[in-house]
Amino acid sequence: MEHVELFFKSIFIDNMVFAVFLGMCSYLAVSKKVATAVGLGAAVIFVLAITVPLNWLLDQYLLQQGALSWLGEEYADYDLSFLSFIMFIATIATMVQLVEIVVEKFSPSLYNSLGIFLPLIAVNCAILGGSLFMQAREIETLGLAFNYGVSSGIGWFLAILAIAAIREKIRYSNVPAPLRGLGITFIITGLMGIGFLSFGGMLTGGDEEEKPATETAIELDKQEIEKEAKKLADNTKIIIE
Amino acid sequence: MGLLSKKDTKLITDPLADNNPITIQVLGICSALAITAELKASLVMGIAVLFVLGVGNVVISLMRNIIPSKIRIIVQLIVVAALVIIVDQVLKAFAYELSKTLAVFVGLIITNCIIMGRFEAFALGNGPWKSFLDGIGNALGYAVILLIVGFFRELLGSGTLFGIPVLGDPIEKTGVYAIGYENNGFMLMPPMALIVVGLIIWVQRSRNKALIED
Repeated sequence: MEHVELFFKSIFIDNMVFAVFLGMCSYLAVSKKVATAVGLGAAVIFVLAITVPLNWLLDQYLLQQGALSWLGEEYADYDLSFLSFIMFIATIATMVQLVEIVVEKFSPSLYNSLGIFLPLIAVNCAILGGSLFMQAREIETLGLAFNYGVSSGIGWFLAILAIAAIREKIRYSNVPAPLRGLGITFIITGLMGIGFLSFGGMLTGGDEEEKPATETAIELDKQEIEKEAKKLADNTKIIIE
Repeated sequence: MGLLSKKDTKLITDPLADNNPITIQVLGICSALAITAELKASLVMGIAVLFVLGVGNVVISLMRNIIPSKIRIIVQLIVVAALVIIVDQVLKAFAYELSKTLAVFVGLIITNCIIMGRFEAFALGNGPWKSFLDGIGNALGYAVILLIVGFFRELLGSGTLFGIPVLGDPIEKTGVYAIGYENNGFMLMPPMALIVVGLIIWVQRSRNKALIED
């Protein structure tokens, strides 16, 4: 059930393009034709499916606070999470390169259709964004991380496919000259985003308000600060006594 | 203008309008849209990109002759990632709540196409001083659009600017609320950012016909 929920949530509700605007650059640049859009979309799914679980492992066993405890007791309170940007992007860049080499070697036909898009993908914000959101949302298991990677890739694929189909047709419409091209694409994406908002109540039935992550985080910090303050107060009491 | 020659000034002023990174070059859209519901977040994001792009352009330009072209993307990514980590840690230390609002979007500066785009198009072929100016100019062009979008979204969406109420009090019904004005909460939703940018493009291209696509 958890898997199904995450799957549909990442495709429709937290859609990468319409809800968080990830990968907009390639979304706008490569959506002139359906065929190329399909190629790029497939490559994004593919790369997300590999990098998100990989970065999940890195995060779990290297970067998080206490993640190094498998090395021994003295490493238990190391917190390397400030390194996550550089680790994630390095993983993504090398994985993309590796995937390119492997695909070229073993499946020339797949390489011909995906190949030119793979280098583009290393700097696609959707890929890094997938890993960063995976970290921010604290996804629990490797399976769920894989699921998250694939489903947000599918969400992105759907978005670029839809806009490419619309852009192919809109060439025959009479758009005001200054809006032609980029302007109208923005506005259509906005309208599609409004459409996707209606999926919001799909899983919760619309009556369950989720608490924004930021608030909980701030609250947690407040609790920690209060604890510290209490400790200090106790200490001073002891000293005074 | 003793310090800057005419060409140098052009490097800064061009991206502000006719060669704007967001509306003309179509770079760096991702972050521009997601964080513009508040003016304060837009400003901080603008400053962060200004720092990363200005310094990054200089670093890449200094190394341009020793980077092997095959691995240049990875080298560029490492430089940006290092700079972004600095920005992130500074934000966490001095503006904690703001860094929570920006959340992953600070990290996403790394893959902001504006940065890679300027590295590839400019810093790899020009000297450090020119690259610095180009970086500053493009980051300013980016920040200008961010601030315009942020201004309209915050003003129409919550009736405030930088968190200060400017249209009166919606509950007490003072200011413009007294005559029946309501906040348009829809402006705070993500899709409206896209539509506002679309409208900015419309205005800009109507004023300068040379930019119209066919």
